[in-house]
Amino acid sequence: MTNSRFPANRTPEIGTFFPRDRNWHPPAFTPAYKTSVLRSPQRPLLSLDNTLSELTGPVFGHNILGELDNDLIHNFAGPGESAIGPRILVYGRLLDERGIGVAGALLEVWQANAGGRYRHKKETYLAPLDPNFGGCGRTITGEDGSYCFRTIQPGPYPWPNGPNDWRPAHIHFSIFGHGFAQRLITQMYFEGDPMIWRCPIVRTINDRRAIEGLTAALDMEATIPMDARAYKFDIVLRGRRSTLFENRIEGN
Amino acid sequence: MVQALGRLKESASQTAGPYVHIGLTPNFAGIAGVYERDLGTAMVNDKTRGERIRVNIRVIDGAGSPLTDALVEIWQADAAGIYNSPSDLRGSADPNFTGWGRLPTDMTTGECLFETIKPGLVPFFDGRKMAPHLTVWIVARGINIGLHTRMYFGDEETANAEDPVLMRIEQKERVSTLVAPRDGDIYKFDIHLQGINETVFFDI
Repeated sequence: MTNSRFPANRTPEIGTFFPRDRNWHPPAFTPAYKTSVLRSPQRPLLSLDNTLSELTGPVFGHNILGELDNDLIHNFAGPGESAIGPRILVYGRLLDERGIGVAGALLEVWQANAGGRYRHKKETYLAPLDPNFGGCGRTITGEDGSYCFRTIQPGPYPWPNGPNDWRPAHIHFSIFGHGFAQRLITQMYFEGDPMIWRCPIVRTINDRRAIEGLTAALDMEATIPMDARAYKFDIVLRGRRSTLFENRIEGN
Repeated sequence: MVQALGRLKESASQTAGPYVHIGLTPNFAGIAGVYERDLGTAMVNDKTRGERIRVNIRVIDGAGSPLTDALVEIWQADAAGIYNSPSDLRGSADPNFTGWGRLPTDMTTGECLFETIKPGLVPFFDGRKMAPHLTVWIVARGINIGLHTRMYFGDEETANAEDPVLMRIEQKERVSTLVAPRDGDIYKFDIHLQGINETVFFDI
């Protein structure tokens, strides 16, 4: 891994991260999402201030990226082909809770195709695969935390939970920050989708504002005319304390 | 009224779902040709310093079944106790060691096997030494927010006994849930999500 994230004139921040607001995130045990019942820890979590093991985190250089890694319309397609579905751009900024852009962070995404079908060994939904769509992409955020993907809008799909549960259209995001304590996986939903508020996975989140924070806004200004609509999706990672007056032993 | 702090809220977590492999280990999921190799599968090379070890991890649900659709990440210091991260200001880590690994659990057995090295000692925030350990992060279908835990090494009894994090565990019988026994060069770490042996998870 190369250290391309921090220019020579910038010192990495090393302050501890703000505690997670566990009432904002979904709890572990959410019986309406049935799989959580046997997979949710029942004992209290052990709360600790960050140590070096959580303040540090892996760095990924641009050398891992291929030219089409952030273009899901083309990165699996045959020569001259492209994926089927509504063409969209997904763009935004990766910020921390202080509103500061998180530079040089790896974002990985995955999604179903336009018919709601995933390309995966264990997937059995009757909607067909698209021979030109794989469903994965990745990019590294710029100096101001900005990022952009090109993809197709995924379809909603049924899943075995209740007798008739459907996932809203969504894109999965995996995010690395600057410290391993910031590691996060979440999902992006689309403005106006009536399936959002019916979904047992969405509704593992108790606070409506937190769900709205996962819902990307249609942005006609960023839309490319006659090509692709744009959705804006900002992502927020844990912020961190300033180290100006930190009560810490030198060198730690 | 007072001035607004103007802080943002962290994006809420959502489960990684059953198809996490498509995004994070696409070659394992059967999607070839997009990425050359799955990120995180190679932590070491021929020049990596330190004792070579393997770590076998399973994640076991409340019914006693290993998860066959989980994804496990580990993060650790190098053999000298330095992290390969710009945020570690104590020195340069071994350039031949990434410190970070990521594997899916096997779709049949539920096991994953990391090939790595034994990490060195890392200081706690008050300067005391922490025993060698791996930071472990688990996501899967049914897990709404990634689970943080640690693996300590079964053959480090003395260091483990003085570890400031293990000492914080009030129920002493639970310390053993974080300590992996050694068999040859393999440490076996079973993570129990629930039950009498529920692993200690961290809010850290």
